[in-house]
Amino acid sequence: MSQLLTSHARIATAKRTTPVKHQLALHARTAAAWFFALLLFFPIFWLGLMAFKTEGQAIATPPLLFFTPTLQSFQDVMARDNYLGYAFNSLLTSVVSTALGLAIAIPAAYSMAFFPTRGTIGLLKFILSSRYMPGVGALMPIYICYQYFGMLDTRIGLTIMFMLMNLPIMIWLLYTNLRELPREILEAARMDGATVVDEFRYIVLPLSVGGIASTALVCMVWSWNESFWSLNLGAANAGTLAWLIASYSSPEGLFWAKLSAASLMAIAPIMALGWFCQKQLVQGMTFGAVK
Amino acid sequence: MAYLQLNNIEKYFGDQHAIKGIDLTIEKGEFVVFVGPSGCGKSTLLRLIAGLEPIDKGSLRLDGRDITALPSSKRDLAMVFQSYALYPHMTVFENMSFALKLAGVESAVIRDKVDKAAAILDLGKYLERTPRELSGGQRQRVAIGRSIVRDPKVFLFDEPLSNLDAALRVQTRIEIAKLHRELGATTIYVTHDQVEAMTLADRVVVLRDGQIEQHGSPLELYDRPANRFVAQFIGTPSMNVVPAAALPQLAELAGSAAHGDGFVGIRPEHVFLGAQRADSLAATVDMVESLGVETLVYSRLENNVQIVSRGSERTSVHPGERTHLTFERGFVHHFDRLGNTCASARGAL
Amino acid sequence: MNRLLPRALLTPAVLAIAIVSIVPLLITLYYSSVKFSLLEPGEHEFYGLANFHFFFTDGAFLPALKNTFVLMFSVMLITVVCGVALGLLINDAFPGRAIVRVLLISPFLVMPAVNALMWKNMLLNPIYGLFAQVSLFFGLTPIDWLSQYPLLAIIMMVSWQWLPFACLIFMTALQSMDKEQLEAASMDGASYGQKLRYLYIPHLGRAVSVVLMIEMIFLLSIFAEIFTTTGGGPGFDTTTITFMIYQQALLAYDIGAASAGALFAVLLANIAAFFLMRVISKNLVK
Repeated sequence: MSQLLTSHARIATAKRTTPVKHQLALHARTAAAWFFALLLFFPIFWLGLMAFKTEGQAIATPPLLFFTPTLQSFQDVMARDNYLGYAFNSLLTSVVSTALGLAIAIPAAYSMAFFPTRGTIGLLKFILSSRYMPGVGALMPIYICYQYFGMLDTRIGLTIMFMLMNLPIMIWLLYTNLRELPREILEAARMDGATVVDEFRYIVLPLSVGGIASTALVCMVWSWNESFWSLNLGAANAGTLAWLIASYSSPEGLFWAKLSAASLMAIAPIMALGWFCQKQLVQGMTFGAVK
Repeated sequence: MAYLQLNNIEKYFGDQHAIKGIDLTIEKGEFVVFVGPSGCGKSTLLRLIAGLEPIDKGSLRLDGRDITALPSSKRDLAMVFQSYALYPHMTVFENMSFALKLAGVESAVIRDKVDKAAAILDLGKYLERTPRELSGGQRQRVAIGRSIVRDPKVFLFDEPLSNLDAALRVQTRIEIAKLHRELGATTIYVTHDQVEAMTLADRVVVLRDGQIEQHGSPLELYDRPANRFVAQFIGTPSMNVVPAAALPQLAELAGSAAHGDGFVGIRPEHVFLGAQRADSLAATVDMVESLGVETLVYSRLENNVQIVSRGSERTSVHPGERTHLTFERGFVHHFDRLGNTCASARGAL
Repeated sequence: MNRLLPRALLTPAVLAIAIVSIVPLLITLYYSSVKFSLLEPGEHEFYGLANFHFFFTDGAFLPALKNTFVLMFSVMLITVVCGVALGLLINDAFPGRAIVRVLLISPFLVMPAVNALMWKNMLLNPIYGLFAQVSLFFGLTPIDWLSQYPLLAIIMMVSWQWLPFACLIFMTALQSMDKEQLEAASMDGASYGQKLRYLYIPHLGRAVSVVLMIEMIFLLSIFAEIFTTTGGGPGFDTTTITFMIYQQALLAYDIGAASAGALFAVLLANIAAFFLMRVISKNLVK
């Protein structure tokens, strides 16, 4: 303990002897960090800006930074397409697929984390590697299956697809999370007379809520942004916001403002969620990279 | 009849034979301490008794019941973990009442029991706090309280004091001793600290490499160790043990026939520094440690054998000086080639 | 210990994954061996390896293979290198770091299709796009990215989207570094470069493998960006294996050939997964 204190004192003194250098470094880092952050964010910013312009302003050269904003483009988009319908589909499919996925993944991850066998690691690798196949590889069989069962262009169909898509990573994330639980606390619960169900209900679940939330968030983001299956298995009825965007991708002309408005409306909800829960989201994103 | 009976308990971790056949009988109300060096299997043995690891061979009986195959939750044992293992998302009250809640006890009864335990451990003001808000010593008391509330058949302690600082350790040690006197509960306590073993135990079990080296009351182990390992493990600084051939005088004092290839031992407090006498040996002082209450002197005999002596008088010798060592008659231990005791101090064996 | 319970818990998950990966695989296997074109209705006669032959000798095949690897490795390289650099930059506290993190997450949250459209129209358009405007400002002729450097354009788009992900993972990994180790190194007189080489980068090894693993999953199946911007062209310049399969299936309506291609993609993916799993296996499970 005292060794730590002395070393801290020594470091502090070392820093104090070059304060100017330290301050300069801090300023330089702050400037650089902000520069790159703003640079990375800029395209989104520009997109947002353009959504409030008129079509004429949107393609003005040189590009306009200052203008009177208008909501015209948003109104046009709402008039042209059923935005709310698509948004609702996106919301429904993301939320339900994530919830369903968790219902399957949590028990599986729990089983692998707390009752590991020799085959557990192999199983984990199999689960993860099943995710590697590009969707396009399974497109035809699945399309034909869906057609056969009448699931094309249904919300249920899309929900199931999203769930299956995210399941491997969900299992892996939850597994890593559950392994982090201190073993002794679970042993204490067992000594206190807890059965397996008690252990799960009173100890494991409450302590892993954070990890579950992070996993859920990441998977929701992925479901929301999913474009491949929504375009191929969905249509006007069950189409998600990906459909809305797809309808703008054919070059009808330079309707940039409307395109930006539509894009903004498509990405805004999930971005807001991501910003709001950024801490949890980052935790989910770190995918067990950090012990 | 024995309260807790271990019969030929064995445990394997893969190929490693961690516990090699332990037989032990523990009476009701006894405070038994498992002590031994790192890796000797004391914690493993505790966990086997607790049911946190399965027993590979042998049987375990508690109060007449065979609990060898029972899961931990049904053994009616309580354990205080080294890291306390408190439930971080529950308050102190909830931590202490968890077991009772699981058992379906009425909340009025729970309240009563928790309050009583909290009173004994002086935790009354902390009942609504979470573990995060407590100090190390307080958390430890909550861990103990959690066990007391359950009124189990046996208390199990796994090195509970090792995470506390020195002062708190002494204080808590006394509290545990008092608690045992008040509650009279059967206790098994694991530690690597032999001071804890000596002060807390009714009976000490010394373990090495998965086997019991000796068990008995603390003083029994101190005065009449069964072998060299126990002799040197119990007591600090440890007993001076040298090959008999190197110190024939000591062998003579032990009073036994020439076991020329064995070892002789004598505890530091029975070695005296002083002027030359008929039966003294010349030595050079290597190092002096003055602890205030006593002085430890590390000396080297002419044949390069190092002897530690311990005396309550302040001494004026300095490193490098020459002095003379005498050994108190009747306190010499004699070990054979394999380390087993042939002749002990105080006339035993 | 109840043996049945763990297996029961695992069953739904394993079943779901097995069904969704094995069943399509078997069906694809079947289709790849028969003549199945939506343009020629009739019996599916056994084609043997003809579909494979067709797929591999297609003019698009070799360019697609090359493009797939170039795309994947470029994006991985850019995101890891820049991600580590950015991660190191924002690792130590500075004013406004919380906001910087929010800004940094944002590209990850954008829909790939929107990402593509955004870049195609707003940034890369040779007349009205921002890049063009900026070049004009500096007196240079604007580049028509999607015609002249299409693959590079796709690489830029995808890197932009995945850089934040890599950066945040590295930042989180850096935060978990043992501070005492760094202090000891400082006291030993280590320069920043030396600390970088001997402390930071080895610690990031595990994080890098996770980043590579996750990115590989998504990069192999990049679709929306190519579909929306270049449609695989000009020529075969931005066709990847994935896109080529799509073209065969939904544009040429040749399910047989597409299935052959799909099997090849599966093979490719498994080879990649195998190597990657070997590399990260030690890092992944301790």
